[in-house]
Amino acid sequence: MIESEKERGKIKSAKTMKEIMTHYYIEAKTAGETGKKIAWITSGGPVEPLIAMDIIPVYPENHGAMIGATHLGVALCEQAESMGYSRDLCSYARVDIACAPTDGGPIGGLPKPDMLVCCNNICGTVLKWYEVQARYYDVPLFILDTPFCHTQFSDDARRYVKRQIEEYIAFLENICRKELDRDRMAEVGRLSIEGQHLWQAVLDTTVHKPAPMSAFDAFFHLGLIVTLRGTRTVIDYYSMLLDEMNTRIKEGISAVPDEKYRLLWDNLPIWYRTRWLSEKFAAHDTCLVADTYTSAWCGSLKYMDPSDFLNSMAEGYSRIYLNIGVDQMAREVIAMIDKYDVDGLVMHSNRSCKPYSFGQYDIERIIRKERGIPTLIIEADMVDERSFSEAQIETRIEAFMELIDR
Amino acid sequence: MISVGIDIGSITAKAAVIKDDEIIAVRIMNTGYSAKNAGDILFEGIVSGLGFNPSDIQSVVATGYGRKSITFANQAVTEITCHAAGARYLNQDVRSVIDIGGQDSKVIVLDETGRVKDFAMNDKCAAGTGRFLEVMARALEVDLKDFGSLSLSADNPSSISSLCTVFAESEVISLISKGESRENIIAGIHDSIAARVSSMAGRIRWMAPVMMTGGVAKNSGVVRSLEKKIGHSLLVSPNAQFTGAIGAALMAVK
Repeated sequence: MIESEKERGKIKSAKTMKEIMTHYYIEAKTAGETGKKIAWITSGGPVEPLIAMDIIPVYPENHGAMIGATHLGVALCEQAESMGYSRDLCSYARVDIACAPTDGGPIGGLPKPDMLVCCNNICGTVLKWYEVQARYYDVPLFILDTPFCHTQFSDDARRYVKRQIEEYIAFLENICRKELDRDRMAEVGRLSIEGQHLWQAVLDTTVHKPAPMSAFDAFFHLGLIVTLRGTRTVIDYYSMLLDEMNTRIKEGISAVPDEKYRLLWDNLPIWYRTRWLSEKFAAHDTCLVADTYTSAWCGSLKYMDPSDFLNSMAEGYSRIYLNIGVDQMAREVIAMIDKYDVDGLVMHSNRSCKPYSFGQYDIERIIRKERGIPTLIIEADMVDERSFSEAQIETRIEAFMELIDR
Repeated sequence: MISVGIDIGSITAKAAVIKDDEIIAVRIMNTGYSAKNAGDILFEGIVSGLGFNPSDIQSVVATGYGRKSITFANQAVTEITCHAAGARYLNQDVRSVIDIGGQDSKVIVLDETGRVKDFAMNDKCAAGTGRFLEVMARALEVDLKDFGSLSLSADNPSSISSLCTVFAESEVISLISKGESRENIIAGIHDSIAARVSSMAGRIRWMAPVMMTGGVAKNSGVVRSLEKKIGHSLLVSPNAQFTGAIGAALMAVK
């Protein structure tokens, strides 16, 4: 049988990824029967102690992304607004708050939590959001406060976060009525770091021209490093994905058939428009080869010590992309521009995500000055489709491509 | 070589015919309900008005929000590229273009050869656009054509602070009820548009000479407010409103 061009271009591992995620959600939804405990946790939160304690981590933000991708966002946002939450709030927070009493969303709601773990390294909204859910479900809430790292991570900050990590472990031990197995914890830490290295290696395959995958593919395959970091599953899956990418490079299979231009994406995906955007750019033989978002789950590897995970994670979890100063963010963007050799930068000014969008004009200015590549700002929202205006965004993208393609 | 540019905007549709690098005709009409219809009527009208047959036209380029509806066009090009090309044709030295149309405003910076170097557009909101002015004209019961001259006789321009067109209209209505003069309110409206557009211009570092294009360029009050705000004079062509269509016709030659 002759494999069609389209079939050939598909990433085959995706099927396994879907199976793993389905299995993960089934396990989480049936935790009541298996006696496992469920912790809801923020996307940037330290999940490894949960894995070491056999607690199933559940991510309202991952659920929010699913809601966005399945076009259920607007109805749930409106529901939250009718409950009294402002439209100016993050759409992940709104859809999660609306799902709780309605079991809404593509999987009939998330499994009820036994505890909530909130880390403010990604934003301040999560504090109030998780407080709302702690009251609603009447479950304990642990808040891990990571100080903002403008330029550095002080010894005081390190002591402060490390102390909280011990408190976090005590919180989990108290709920599970068992002690943390420190050897298991160390093993989970090693697996987490190994998984992050593999994820980085997968993302780095797009350094190759043409890129074997795009940022839109990364948005999809990201799911595991977020939800199951610290497990063997992640390592097995990303090893497989990495092999597939290397094979694609060897066989000359690229994400965009005749890749002519390469772009860098900034901020969260516009979940309900990933295909539309991907096709828009592909029509100009353009591939979004990398992004600042999916790389955030392996961006602080330099601070992590596989032989001393618990002690090094204080710094690793504090110095993530969204918890550093704008100048440092710009440095990271510049490093990516150089590494992936891109022709332009596309910034999604995300109405929901203030910490991600706030410094974009400054970053844009720094990039223009230091690298002189064209930049495009798209105003939208990751989940709330009411903030997406197709004709305007289409014109901006086309004008941007006319500017690049000359 | 005869080429036609068609610019289908949100409020008006424009066409321009270029023959051997000379503008030989321009035409304008309301876009109305159907962009496709407007395009057909414009093309047919401007071509037959010149005594040509459609077959005499070598190339047609469509631009503006309705560019994709013009099925007979050889190509669709965005208004950013077309305004840049049109402005450069109207004045060879232009380095920046401020275009305020019906539903969006944009600032375009050109490199020394006239190519688009950078651009910024308003976010999805009608403040600072022609539609904003239309809404205000209705609230004030003033013909939009008189906005420019009225605002020039303002003695103390009002301050319109709201960024939302609907709320700005409420602000205007409350100013009317307070007895503020039309002249001052209109000048305030112009200043608010100028403030919005000039911050956009600042963001992408405009360079002189600057040309203002689009229908709003016909409003001398907005032009003056903008000049004051950015601290530089603006070039305004009598063909300002046709800049996009002229640029499209030039793209057709390429």
